[in-house]
Amino acid sequence: MTEEYVHVFSQRHLLGIEGLNRLDAEAILDLAEDYVALSRGREKKSALLKGRTQINLFFEPSTRTQSSFEIAGKRLGADVMNMSVSSSSVSKGETLLDTAATLNAMRPDLLIVRHSASGAVKLLSRKVDGAVVNAGDGNHEHPTQALLDALTLRRRLGSLEGCTVAICGDILHSRVARSNAILLQLLGAQVRFIAPPTLLPTGVRDWGGEVFTSMDEGLKGADVVMMLRLQRERMDGAFLPSTREFFRFYGLTPERLHACDKDVLVMHPGPMNRGVEIDSAVADDPDISLINEQVEMGVAVRMAVLDILSRAQSNHPPRGGL
Amino acid sequence: MSASFLITDVRLIDPARGTDAPGWLSVEAGKISGFGEGDAPDAEGAARINAHGLILAPGLIDLRVRTGEPGAEHKETLASASAAAAVGGVTTMVVSPLTDPVIDTPALIDFIMRRARDTASVRVLPAAALTRGLAGEAMSEIGLLKEAGAVLFSNGHHPVADARMMRRALTYAQTFNAPCAVRAEDAALSAGGVAHDGEFAGRLGLAGVPALAETIQIARDSLIAEDAGGRLLLDLISSRAGLEALALAKSRGAPVTASVAAANLALNELDVGDYRTFARLSPPLRSEDDRMALVDAVRTGLIDFVTSAHDPQPPEDKRLPFAEAKPGAVGLETLLGVMGSLVADGHMTWAEALRPLTSAPASFLGLAQGRIAEGAPADLILIDPDAPWVCREDELVSRSKNTPFDARRFTGRVATTIIGGRIVHDVRRERAA
Repeated sequence: MTEEYVHVFSQRHLLGIEGLNRLDAEAILDLAEDYVALSRGREKKSALLKGRTQINLFFEPSTRTQSSFEIAGKRLGADVMNMSVSSSSVSKGETLLDTAATLNAMRPDLLIVRHSASGAVKLLSRKVDGAVVNAGDGNHEHPTQALLDALTLRRRLGSLEGCTVAICGDILHSRVARSNAILLQLLGAQVRFIAPPTLLPTGVRDWGGEVFTSMDEGLKGADVVMMLRLQRERMDGAFLPSTREFFRFYGLTPERLHACDKDVLVMHPGPMNRGVEIDSAVADDPDISLINEQVEMGVAVRMAVLDILSRAQSNHPPRGGL
Repeated sequence: MSASFLITDVRLIDPARGTDAPGWLSVEAGKISGFGEGDAPDAEGAARINAHGLILAPGLIDLRVRTGEPGAEHKETLASASAAAAVGGVTTMVVSPLTDPVIDTPALIDFIMRRARDTASVRVLPAAALTRGLAGEAMSEIGLLKEAGAVLFSNGHHPVADARMMRRALTYAQTFNAPCAVRAEDAALSAGGVAHDGEFAGRLGLAGVPALAETIQIARDSLIAEDAGGRLLLDLISSRAGLEALALAKSRGAPVTASVAAANLALNELDVGDYRTFARLSPPLRSEDDRMALVDAVRTGLIDFVTSAHDPQPPEDKRLPFAEAKPGAVGLETLLGVMGSLVADGHMTWAEALRPLTSAPASFLGLAQGRIAEGAPADLILIDPDAPWVCREDELVSRSKNTPFDARRFTGRVATTIIGGRIVHDVRRERAA
């Protein structure tokens, strides 16, 4: 009789991809495969998290990520509550840690947190007993987005080993780019960064991938193009002269893709600005666009993350217990 | 202690002359009445104190101390800051005009001086705002403020953005031989930045302050000073590039001096670590290469002054996400520990470490203290140069505890602080108590 190897997840929270080892990441992806199957069946519900409380605490407005986490929690049987703190209680003067203490007193088992400041989710995680999942902190990390991207690619390509992923657009302000840069390389992929120089972070050349300021050069030989969302307020002349100039030189168009020497897959974390960073003809082409699949994988990956963290909770009992 | 006493068996350091030798020093009526090398002479009637080989040096003069008085007494008062100063060996502190209200009228200078006289245990000298409300738009009443007792005209945390205003203020201040101080940081280039603009901050997703913000401001303001004349202090240099701009300005004969915050001599960008807001400073902690350049510039004298840049902030302003936390750290009590550790690590001598904290700021402000000379005020400190100690946040005397040095080890500690011949802090006595 052989004993099955069970990977023990190394973290109490999921605050970023940084700090995960390859086994942690693969354990989440493997488990997510099961949840893809579950979600595709007629009976989508499991009772795994029955009796657990999950709070989605969003200090920044979000539709996609919040509903994805909500569905994930509900499919696993957790009681899910959404809290959009937006700016209301901040303007009342309550600090992040006060909000954390208040919520902690309600004894949630899982806290899904998004905040506009880098490092804010980590700060909050130090003050609560439940497991915290970073749903995006400022320009820092968005780990579940990177995990769902990796799952999407792994299912399509079999493995990420040796494949080349070009991350394009506003890398400076992108937590998606930071998390993906780490995870893709952890899983054996090669990463490229393509952006106008004003949207490249200082020190991006030390992130382990090649850096391009020309879209056409950067796309040559790439297997996957990962477009980033460009926020409107960055395009008023502060970082870029105009929307149309960006689209002309960095927009993902069919012509640009045809010029590549092989078939390229296209990803986008959403929501898309059609005609700004991506042409509709590309976004809607089912042969090359993985965008809808990314959304589906998002739910599965988040189910896997909730599952694995709540299992790990038995290894990390809450501080304040009875 | 009697009005006159003799301290024997000291290692006497006078940074002004660069001397460091065993000797003695006598005090009468609050002033240094004599000193010399070797054995002390017999002095009838004077109390003798054997210092057992400790360093005896002039008390420290700190050019940049922020308190919360008036307006934010919960952060720090003149009394609590001066208590921290005494522990740190700071016998004269120049207090920042960055209060609420801003110190920009003679009445407020008068208020600071009276509060200091009544509540503070070290010498307090007020700095006044260079521009009204520190807004950089109109100059303050420099003549009246100086007459009221302001020793320095500072623009607080910001440079004067308008070059014409800066030129006029410097030109006008000369009438009163008034030293001026501005932060060396271009406002537009540093806007929104919270950390050193480097790879580390890039990965943490924190907006950076490029060194260019500093070099541009140093270049601009030293050119203005060269043209207008006067005496200008470029406050809180943080980068190697900034030092190069400063060296160029000085080589051209621009009437500029420069300071550095002690934290920038001891810490680097990596101390921000896991978004530690207590290491959020302005200017930011920069690279190790920048730090080493700053240390060397203190040794060579390119940097004229070292300051604590004491900036008390309570937890509600610090226990926040990094970019939302206020910048600044308390520093009065760790100032000498930073310098002593640089000496212990072989970067400079004690005389070199103390000059930018004693004789150099004294000369800049025209003060009688800050040197070992007959007739000078007996503002003195005894330093145990080899004493190892660990900074503990909760042991700080300062009302705010926002130090980036919690749990940090230092070498060199103030044993005794004497102001005008009177002991205001003594480690052994406080331990016994």
